[in-house]
Amino acid sequence: MSKQYLLGNEAIAHGCLESPVDFVSGYPGTPSSEVIDILRVQGERGYHVEWSVNEKVALENALAAAWCGVRALCTMKHVGLNVAADPLMTSAYTGVTGGLVIMSADDPYAHSSQNEQDTRCYAAFARIPCLDPSTIQEAHDMVRDAFALSEEFGLPVLFRPTTRICHSKGDVTLGDVKANTRVGRFVKDPRQYVVIPAHTRILHKKLNEKQPGIKKRLAESGYNTLSIKGKDAIIASGISATYVQELLPDDVSFMKIGAYPIDEAWLEEFVRRHEKVLVIEELAPVVEEVVRQVAGCVTVHGKKDGHSPYEGELSPRAVAKIMESAGICPKIQFVDADPLPDIPPRPPIMCAGCPHRPVFHAMRTVFRDGIYPSDIGCYTLGLQLGAVDTTICMGASVTVGSGIYHSGEESDIVSTIGDSTFLHTGIPGLLNAVYNGAEMILVILDNRTTGMTGHQPNPATGMTATGEATIPVSLEAISRACGVHFVETVDSYDLVGLVTAMKDAKARPGVKVIIARQPCVITARRAGIKRGRYRVDPDLCTGCGLCVKFGCPAIEIAGEKPHISDLCSGCGVCAQICPFGAIAKEGRR
Amino acid sequence: MSPGYDVLVVGIGGQGTILASNVLGEACLIEGRPVKGAETHGMAQRGGSVESHIRIDGEYGPLITPGSADIIISFDLLEALRYKHYVRPGGKIVANRHFVVPTSVFVQGAAAPTEEEIRARLGDVGLCLLDAEAMAAEAGSPLAANIVMLGAASHFLPLSPDSLRKAVEKLVPQKTIEINRKAFDLGREAGAGCRE
Repeated sequence: MSKQYLLGNEAIAHGCLESPVDFVSGYPGTPSSEVIDILRVQGERGYHVEWSVNEKVALENALAAAWCGVRALCTMKHVGLNVAADPLMTSAYTGVTGGLVIMSADDPYAHSSQNEQDTRCYAAFARIPCLDPSTIQEAHDMVRDAFALSEEFGLPVLFRPTTRICHSKGDVTLGDVKANTRVGRFVKDPRQYVVIPAHTRILHKKLNEKQPGIKKRLAESGYNTLSIKGKDAIIASGISATYVQELLPDDVSFMKIGAYPIDEAWLEEFVRRHEKVLVIEELAPVVEEVVRQVAGCVTVHGKKDGHSPYEGELSPRAVAKIMESAGICPKIQFVDADPLPDIPPRPPIMCAGCPHRPVFHAMRTVFRDGIYPSDIGCYTLGLQLGAVDTTICMGASVTVGSGIYHSGEESDIVSTIGDSTFLHTGIPGLLNAVYNGAEMILVILDNRTTGMTGHQPNPATGMTATGEATIPVSLEAISRACGVHFVETVDSYDLVGLVTAMKDAKARPGVKVIIARQPCVITARRAGIKRGRYRVDPDLCTGCGLCVKFGCPAIEIAGEKPHISDLCSGCGVCAQICPFGAIAKEGRR
Repeated sequence: MSPGYDVLVVGIGGQGTILASNVLGEACLIEGRPVKGAETHGMAQRGGSVESHIRIDGEYGPLITPGSADIIISFDLLEALRYKHYVRPGGKIVANRHFVVPTSVFVQGAAAPTEEEIRARLGDVGLCLLDAEAMAAEAGSPLAANIVMLGAASHFLPLSPDSLRKAVEKLVPQKTIEINRKAFDLGREAGAGCRE
C-alpha cells in the first residue's frame, strides 16, 4: 500500500497491474492513451501489451485472449467504441472466461473529440455491465475489481471514465502489483464461440437471463451508494457526483450511481421516500430514464424537463445552477465571474517546423479552388490555414473525397490523412475509391508516428508498443496494392517537390497518392536532430507578410518586419516561401 | 467558499505547467494533505493556452470555479489576463512579466497588446510580477522558469517552503536539481517583495 499523486490514467494503469492484467490492447485516443503508454514501458512485464491498428482489431484480440481464460484490457476513446461496436455487440453473447475490461473514455465538452457520445448507452445496448467512476481513487479500485466482476458474470465489462477522471490528478492509495500466473488455453466450444443462428438465438436468451442477477449484484457492489437526509434528494453519476457532494445541503438525500444496469427495485425504494428527486449526470439521461420509470408520483427534475443540459460537461458552478433551478439551494454561493472580453485567442496550433504546414501551403497553391476532405489528427489544425473542409471520423478523408467526386462535383478533391489514421481505417476507403473509379488525390501526411495522442508507434514505424523492432509496412506498397498507379513520395519540407508532385498528380486520371514524409518535429527534437535556426535579413525583407501568413508560430512581427524567434526548428520552409531571398540559415550568406 | 486552497497554474503548452502542478501535488503528499487537480492534455497542448487546477486539501472534484481561486500562477502575462476571472476577490496573481504574442494576432494582422495594456487591465487584483526568464537563466537554465514562479508564489501557498523544495528535488531530472533549487530560491527571494 502506498499513496501517490497520480493522473487518473496512471491510477487506472496501476489498478490493472494489481489485478493483474495478462493481455492489453488498444488504439490511442484522448483521453484514454496514457493507460497503455504507462503499461507498455513497465520493466519485467508478465503480460502482452500492444497498440493495435484500430479499436475493432484491438477488441477482437482482447476478446480472444479472454476466451482463453486470461485477464484482458482493451482501451480506446468513446468514438473508438463505434469502430469496435461490431465485436462488442456479439461479445456479450459469447461471453468470456477470463475477465475482459473495455475502457472507453468519454469526453464531455469534446475537449479533443468529434462528438460527445455516452458510452453508458453502448453498455445498455449490448446488455453488459458498465462502471462509471466519480473519483480517481474509485477509477483505480473499479478497474482493479472489474476483471473479477467480468469473470463472475462471464461478460465483458465496460469501464467508462471521462476526461475529468483520466486527466485529473489526486492522492491515490495504491495496492501491490501482482505477478502474472495465468496462461491462456483455448477450450473448443462451438456453441459458445461460433455464432451461427442456431447458437446465437440461445446465447441471446442466456444473456437476457443474466440481467436480473447482474443488477442485484451491482446494487451490492458498493459503487452505488445512498444516504437519506430529507424530503428532497439528488441522484448523481460519475464525476458530477463529486460536484454535488461539494454543494450538497445537509438536509438533502444523496445517491451516487457508479455501476449499471441499476437495480430498479433498489432505486424505487430510495426515490419513493422523497417528494422531489433531482438527477445530475453528464451527457445522456441514462440514470434519469430509470428514475422516471420508477418514480410514480414523486417529482423528478433533470434533463427531460429542462433543468440540466444534454450537452457539454458539468462543473461545480453548472451543478449549483441546476440545483437552484430545481429549487435546492447549494451549500456554496458562487459569485458570477466571466472571462474578460477582447483577449487575443491562443488556440492550439501546429508547432513551429510541423511538417504538415508546408503540405497544406502547397495544396492551397496548386489547388486554389480544391475541396479538402481531411481526417482526425494534429493536421485537423489545418482548418486554421483554410486547408480542411471536412472531418467526420477516422479514415473518412478518403471516403468523403470519393463520395464528393461521385456526387458530380467537378472541383479538384485533395484529401489529407495521417500515417496512423491511414493504417487505422483509411485503407478500405482507398481500395474502394480505386475500385469504384473515383478521381481524387490522397495526401498521406507521414510523420512517422501517432502525433496528436502522444507519439505512439504504428505499423509503419517498424517498432512495437514495447519498443521492439518489427517489420515496417510500406505506405507506398499498400497504396499500390490498393490499385493506385500514381504513388509519389516527397519530403514535406521540400516545397518545390510538393508543388511538382501535386501538379503531376493533378494532370493524371484516377486516384493518386502523394506521401509527404518527414518525422514529427517533436519526435525529431527528442531524437536529437538539430537543424539550426533561420533568420530574416531586414535589409532584403520588404515586409510583404507572405512568411507571416504561412502561420508558423516562430515567425513574429517586430515593428514593420518579421522576426524568427527561438521556437524555430530549422525546417527552412519559410526561406522557400520568401520571394526576396530575405530568409536564410543563421550564419550563412 | 470551499475550505481548501485553490491554485490555478496557467501558461502556454510546453511551458511546464504540468510539472509545476505536480510539484504542488507532491508537496501536499509530503505534508499528508489531500489534493485534487485537473489539467489540459492532448491537442490543446500544441502551443495553446493551458491550465492546471490544484485544490490543496481538496476532498471533492478537481475543478476550480471561476471567482474562487485563491491564487493564479501565470507563466505568461497575457494568460494571466485570460484567466483573471478565476481569482477570488482578495486573491493573488503571481505572473511572469513577459508574454508571447499569439500567432493568431500576426496571421490576422491584429494589433498585439502591450505589456502596459495588459498590466492596466490586471490592475485591481493583488499582482506580483517577476522576470521569470532572467531568474531562470541566472539559475542556469531557461527551462527552470516554472520553478522560479513556484518559488515566488510560495509566500502565499499554505505549504511549507521545505515541502515544496523536497517536491521539486523529487520531480525534476536528477542532473538539474541544483539549477532548480537555485531557481526556487531566486523566485522566493523575488516574491518576498510582493507580500503585504
